[in-house]
Amino acid sequence: MTISRRTLLAAGAGAGLLTACGSNTGRGGGGSGPRLSQWYHQYGEPGTERAVQRYAAAFRKADVSVQWRPGNYDQQTAAALLTDSGPDVFEVDGPTLDQIRGGQVLDLTDLLAGVKDDFNPAVLAPKTHEGRIYGIPQVIDTQLLYYRKSLLRDAGVEPPTTLDALVDAARALTDRKTKGLFLGNDGGAGVLGGTPLYAAGFPLVTDDGRVGFDDPAAARTLGKLHRLYADKSLLLGAPADWSDPSAFLQGLTAMQWSGLWALPQIKRELGDDFGVLPFPADGDRGRPAVPVGAYGAAVSARSRHKDLAKAYVKWLWVERTDYQKDFALSYGFHIPARRSLATEAAALREGPAADVVRFTTDHGYAQPLLWTPAGQTAYQDALSRIIKGGADPERELRAAVRKVAEEIARVGA
Amino acid sequence: MRRHRTLWFWVFVGPFACGLALFTYVPLLWSVGLSFFDAHNTVTPTHFTGLDNYAAMLRDAAFRDSLKTFLLFTAFIVPVTYGFSLALALMVNRVRWARAFFRSVFFLPAACSYVVAALIWKMSIFNGVRFGLANTVLGWFGGDPVAWLSTTDPPWYWLVIVTVRLWLQAGFYMILFLAGLQRIDPALYEAAAVDGARPGWTVLRHITLPQLRGTSVAVLLLLVVNAFQAFDEFYNLLSDARGYPPYARPPLVYLYYTALGQGQNLGLGSAGAVILALVIAVVTVAQARWLRLGRTDGDG
Repeated sequence: MTISRRTLLAAGAGAGLLTACGSNTGRGGGGSGPRLSQWYHQYGEPGTERAVQRYAAAFRKADVSVQWRPGNYDQQTAAALLTDSGPDVFEVDGPTLDQIRGGQVLDLTDLLAGVKDDFNPAVLAPKTHEGRIYGIPQVIDTQLLYYRKSLLRDAGVEPPTTLDALVDAARALTDRKTKGLFLGNDGGAGVLGGTPLYAAGFPLVTDDGRVGFDDPAAARTLGKLHRLYADKSLLLGAPADWSDPSAFLQGLTAMQWSGLWALPQIKRELGDDFGVLPFPADGDRGRPAVPVGAYGAAVSARSRHKDLAKAYVKWLWVERTDYQKDFALSYGFHIPARRSLATEAAALREGPAADVVRFTTDHGYAQPLLWTPAGQTAYQDALSRIIKGGADPERELRAAVRKVAEEIARVGA
Repeated sequence: MRRHRTLWFWVFVGPFACGLALFTYVPLLWSVGLSFFDAHNTVTPTHFTGLDNYAAMLRDAAFRDSLKTFLLFTAFIVPVTYGFSLALALMVNRVRWARAFFRSVFFLPAACSYVVAALIWKMSIFNGVRFGLANTVLGWFGGDPVAWLSTTDPPWYWLVIVTVRLWLQAGFYMILFLAGLQRIDPALYEAAAVDGARPGWTVLRHITLPQLRGTSVAVLLLLVVNAFQAFDEFYNLLSDARGYPPYARPPLVYLYYTALGQGQNLGLGSAGAVILALVIAVVTVAQARWLRLGRTDGDG
């Protein structure tokens, strides 16, 4: 028969035990002091892994071993934090509010003493809970709308600046070979998330901790996304999903929502034949929106060398600005989390890259800490049913609002 | 002598019993325990909540939907796989030449991993763009490309999910049926022929199927249990980096996201797992009684 899930798990556990045994033997006995383990998710760009190992090796006070972890990184760290064999230092697209409230990550506020204002406030805010900081932002990532200038010109379409214009443009650009817009293979529910709401002027959670999109106008905006699907203007079922620019580069779509990381590859292959846009505004209160997020460096509360782990994070992500700049700009394409470094970077000063930096400054929003995974799932399910099922947006949104409100009440208590 | 026997019994059985206890029963009981606690991001919770998790799970429309999804899936995949593999077995059994070849060819997919097969189905056969295999074939007949996994109306994604499982499983159950078919005494068929039974439907209905009774019961039980455990192909076909769509989401996938995703609500997830285990237990017992498990082929 096929390998069952259980067999695979058992094999994985066995392999885990073996590696655990292996790591105890150290690296040839050349250890300089205590050992720290640091986890990164797998970055796609070549050279990144080599670079982080170089940084780790330069730390004198401990022997830092870097683990490069492919696969479902968030799940892996969440599970590892429950045990003693997890990392001391790890990067995380969070930490989540439950990880903070559960005491799984250490308070890192002191590490930023004196330099806190240099970090981009938009990405620092979701790492902050009740005035304390639990993750040091490493680099800023964002997403945006890429469009092919030549295809838009041939179709006589202007780059869309409102959601209605986007819907019309996508329809006008669709023909037998090319679709107008690619928002991911699920039709956009996953990658767009709260972006259309912010573009309509509604936050996910308000500053005073209430659901921000309990409004008929929010439902109307989401309903427009269904028109994209119903018009058959959306590319669906592409071999590579939204995070990869392949569909855009192969001409399967005239416009694609993707990450900033795709920009160098798109520029290499299309030259000047592309432009970038934020998600267009909708309604009277609306303004364009782009999501910003940052992987942050966090320290596990189960670490055996807590102070040393904090010292390492401070050394790498606060003091060594040369490494921070190298990490952000030499391999992939990210915006440094520190404003002083972002303004220095020559690669971010011209062309579409400069536009993107402007979008993140003017229109960037970060998912609030109170936006918990359970609330997010409820909202994402509702969005998917609105976009693909043509479900009534008001009814769907009402159910999501109820769930999100429950979650906010739970974690606010 | 007797002492010796006990010793050897434990030498052979001990390691397995220990492993079973440590890796199956302890986690199982632990999970039942967790289901009564508020266990966010912890496996050693302190806040006892009684039956709250169960109430929340049963009220959760997404969980109830997932149970419906999987009943629908089971109701479809079990009879289809049963019929398909029985048909294959009957055909292969009658083949006069290259018998080993046909058996191997149909059995081979069973050696393929669900993950690999799901990825092939998703990325090359049923991808949504014009150069996917299914869409190329559609194109010959002038059809527009279909986004197989993303279209909810009509629900084409079921075609992808069901065909991948059928392809993977049918060969395995065909082998079980073949073994059953070869144990049937040829004298029975000769006697039937003498009595005037026409070869074909009558013989199948009155000789072959009753003689395959034991095999059929085993196949049905295995099929239902396998359908209950459906996870791999669903997860690999439909999930993406941002989660899982709200359709075709069987309970294991939903619980995976609740308990092991970023949600890390281990108490709620455990409650869902216990509910699911109870459903499976009830269905299995009912099925075993209905099929009168334990009777052999000969008892027909």
